[in-house]
Amino acid sequence: MTEIAKRKIINTFALSLACAAAALGLFWLIFILADVLRHGIAFITPELFLNEAAPPGMEGGGLKHAFIGQLLITFFAVLIGIPLGILGGTYLAEYGRHPWLGRFISTLSDIMISVPSIVIGTFVYAIFVKPIGHFSGYAGALALAIIMIPVVLRTTEEMIALVPWEIREAAFALGAPYYKVILQVVYRGAATGIFTGILLAIARIAGETAPLLFTSFNNMFLTTNMNEPMPSLTVTIYQYAMGPYDDWHEMAWAASFVITLFILGLTILGRIIIRWKYKH
Amino acid sequence: MASTIKREQTLDKLFSTITFSAAFLVLAIIVSIFASLFKESLTAIETFGFFGFISSTAWDPVREVFGAATTLYGTLVTTLLALALAIPVSLGIAVFLTELCPKFLKPIFGTAIELLAAIPSIIYGMWGLFTFAPLMGEYVEPLLQDIFGPIPIIGQLFSGVPLGIDILTTSIILSIMITPFIASIVRDTFNLTPVQLKESAYGIGATRWEVIKDVIIPHSKAGIFGSVIIAMGRALGETMAVAFVLGNKHAIATSLFDASATITVSLANEFTEADSDLYLSSLFYLALILLAMNFLLLAIAKTFLARKKKV
Amino acid sequence: MSDPIMNVNNLNFYYQGDVHAVKNMSLEIKRNQITALIGPSGCGKTTFLRCFNRMHDLYPGHRYEGEIRYEGSNLLERKDITELRSKIGMVFQKPTPFPMSIFDNIAYGLKLKGIKNRAELADRVEQALKQAALWEEARDRLKQSANSLSGGQQQRLVIARALAAEPDVLLFDEPTSALDPVSTSKIEELMVQLKQDITLLIVTHNMQQAARISDRTAFMYMGELIEIDDTETMFTNPKQKLTEEYITGRFG
Repeated sequence: MTEIAKRKIINTFALSLACAAAALGLFWLIFILADVLRHGIAFITPELFLNEAAPPGMEGGGLKHAFIGQLLITFFAVLIGIPLGILGGTYLAEYGRHPWLGRFISTLSDIMISVPSIVIGTFVYAIFVKPIGHFSGYAGALALAIIMIPVVLRTTEEMIALVPWEIREAAFALGAPYYKVILQVVYRGAATGIFTGILLAIARIAGETAPLLFTSFNNMFLTTNMNEPMPSLTVTIYQYAMGPYDDWHEMAWAASFVITLFILGLTILGRIIIRWKYKH
Repeated sequence: MASTIKREQTLDKLFSTITFSAAFLVLAIIVSIFASLFKESLTAIETFGFFGFISSTAWDPVREVFGAATTLYGTLVTTLLALALAIPVSLGIAVFLTELCPKFLKPIFGTAIELLAAIPSIIYGMWGLFTFAPLMGEYVEPLLQDIFGPIPIIGQLFSGVPLGIDILTTSIILSIMITPFIASIVRDTFNLTPVQLKESAYGIGATRWEVIKDVIIPHSKAGIFGSVIIAMGRALGETMAVAFVLGNKHAIATSLFDASATITVSLANEFTEADSDLYLSSLFYLALILLAMNFLLLAIAKTFLARKKKV
Repeated sequence: MSDPIMNVNNLNFYYQGDVHAVKNMSLEIKRNQITALIGPSGCGKTTFLRCFNRMHDLYPGHRYEGEIRYEGSNLLERKDITELRSKIGMVFQKPTPFPMSIFDNIAYGLKLKGIKNRAELADRVEQALKQAALWEEARDRLKQSANSLSGGQQQRLVIARALAAEPDVLLFDEPTSALDPVSTSKIEELMVQLKQDITLLIVTHNMQQAARISDRTAFMYMGELIEIDDTETMFTNPKQKLTEEYITGRFG
């Protein structure tokens, strides 16, 4: 066999492996999604959304309490996390461009994005749950907010940095003070990007389970009191999946289906917005 | 007029102070995470020391003797196995995306990889527990046992009763979870390879694979390394997917088919049940060790990726 | 007609790290005239221009010396920079529409001045658009995004935005270098009309442009003022050898 023929065969072989790797990635994605879809869709019933939990072993329960708990915890997390993230990102992109502290905090946020979420859970337990003496919805929201802050902060920083500097100078040239330049001009220019970042940050916390395990904990009953232990979809999935009852497993699948749909929907929406934005 | 100017200046100062406080909060949070975990671990640190803790395989809540060796071992073994499985696949995907994928398919494939990364870990756990682990236990693992079991030494890795709730299943699921992270970062660094460099390699008659192997991959070394470290940090800290399929057994596993425990799984399962101060403090100590490992890895990865950007 | 609106006396400007970018400049800016600043790139003409509205104050490490006398005081020592900037407006090389509607773009400067009355805003916006010769093209699309305008229209929008604030002086930093010839001639016509109401200071790379529209021309080289005179004199009979060489295209 000539050298060239050998090289060509190696080439074909290696490139085929790359294609196989891509096919494998796609295979897992389809496998997992199809599985969640197949198991979940069968158990999506009105009762799932309308009923609260039935006593263990009894039929006919739903997850209304967990849906409402999840919404409340997420809502409060967004309420804390998003303003702080946007303001912090604003500092890094606008005021903190020169001092080393700005760059340092930016890098630190990148690292913080990767801190295991369960560690955030233990942290909130130590500073919030333990002193107060009981689990609560607020503690869960705080843990999720801490996870959101660096995500929103970095996206905001990047999106604000994309607003051309000339636009700011033009606003200054009209006699605008810096805070008005930022609030009225820069934010408008970066709005789509920041909004997308917020969507993706919500998608990220919507599936979080570990940081809720010892903050909001769980609750078999409907509560809207954020100061009590609060059920969430994700913790309920974990508890039900590990439990011994078939109808618990079914509800865990149904909840998984809803969460997956929600998160993938947000992720795809975010991508569509970004693509639309770049076209214009 | 003078009062308006004064007001504007005050508001300007106020706004910059507010944004600074928000940014500073990140630093404050990180420092307080370290500080509070350290404070909560103090009881365990005083009782077991550092090397005593990480080298002890004991984990006995009844006698109140705790060591990190079994969970550290489980954490590291599953993480390293997951990396070994994920790295070649991720590189293959990155090569496919940058060099082979037809243009119209690129956004679809890119989105697919991103979706794989967006699926929350609890879903991986559900799928792992109810679908993947039974498949592994019933078909894949007995098959592996038949093939490798009789071989001396290696056979030990495939011994025991294959139930599917074990190190192998966990590592495979972890590898699926980290693949999109490595693949997308590596794809981005591959794309940074200067076109002239590639073209000059093609110009002297290199095949496409040779260009990838000899030009693109060496040029992207820092990016590949950085992405692997980031993925490693992710695998170390992954909780829910692992909690579903690893079994939380505090023992040094010698077979891929053994159940095991990681730091995260111990935390998830035992934190709210820890009934003594020393027990809880030992769990905080585990969390602190995990945080420190993760922080260190990420700091290393950042340095590498930052260096890449400057070049 | 020829009383000076501003007097520049021994102006020096340093960037961060003591880079001496404007050296000992002295000249008069005459009211209701167009003064053009020409010179090879890097000669400091844009840096000089940006002293007039204190644009350098946005960046750390800058330093001014000397004075620019305006309204009876040295504007380099004024504390109320934002008010100064609403009197001395600026138009940049690239059009800089804000990410908002055409109407809001022009109303922006007015709102900064505290004008909130909707009728008055609408009135002033219309006036500014007419002054910038954009009214006919924009009147039916005031609510549309400013980015929907063409490059030349955007530049006239930016001029209208600056005019709406009723400035005394408008600074132009190569306002047509990013535009096509048709748009350029529209902007030039506009600038000539505008000098009835305001004073214009324009940095340009294009000597024909300086010759076509300006009343006086200043030639700068390596941070120094080489010569300033009536435009006609400058282009027909310059006193300095360097000026002549530049104008006739022997360097630059």
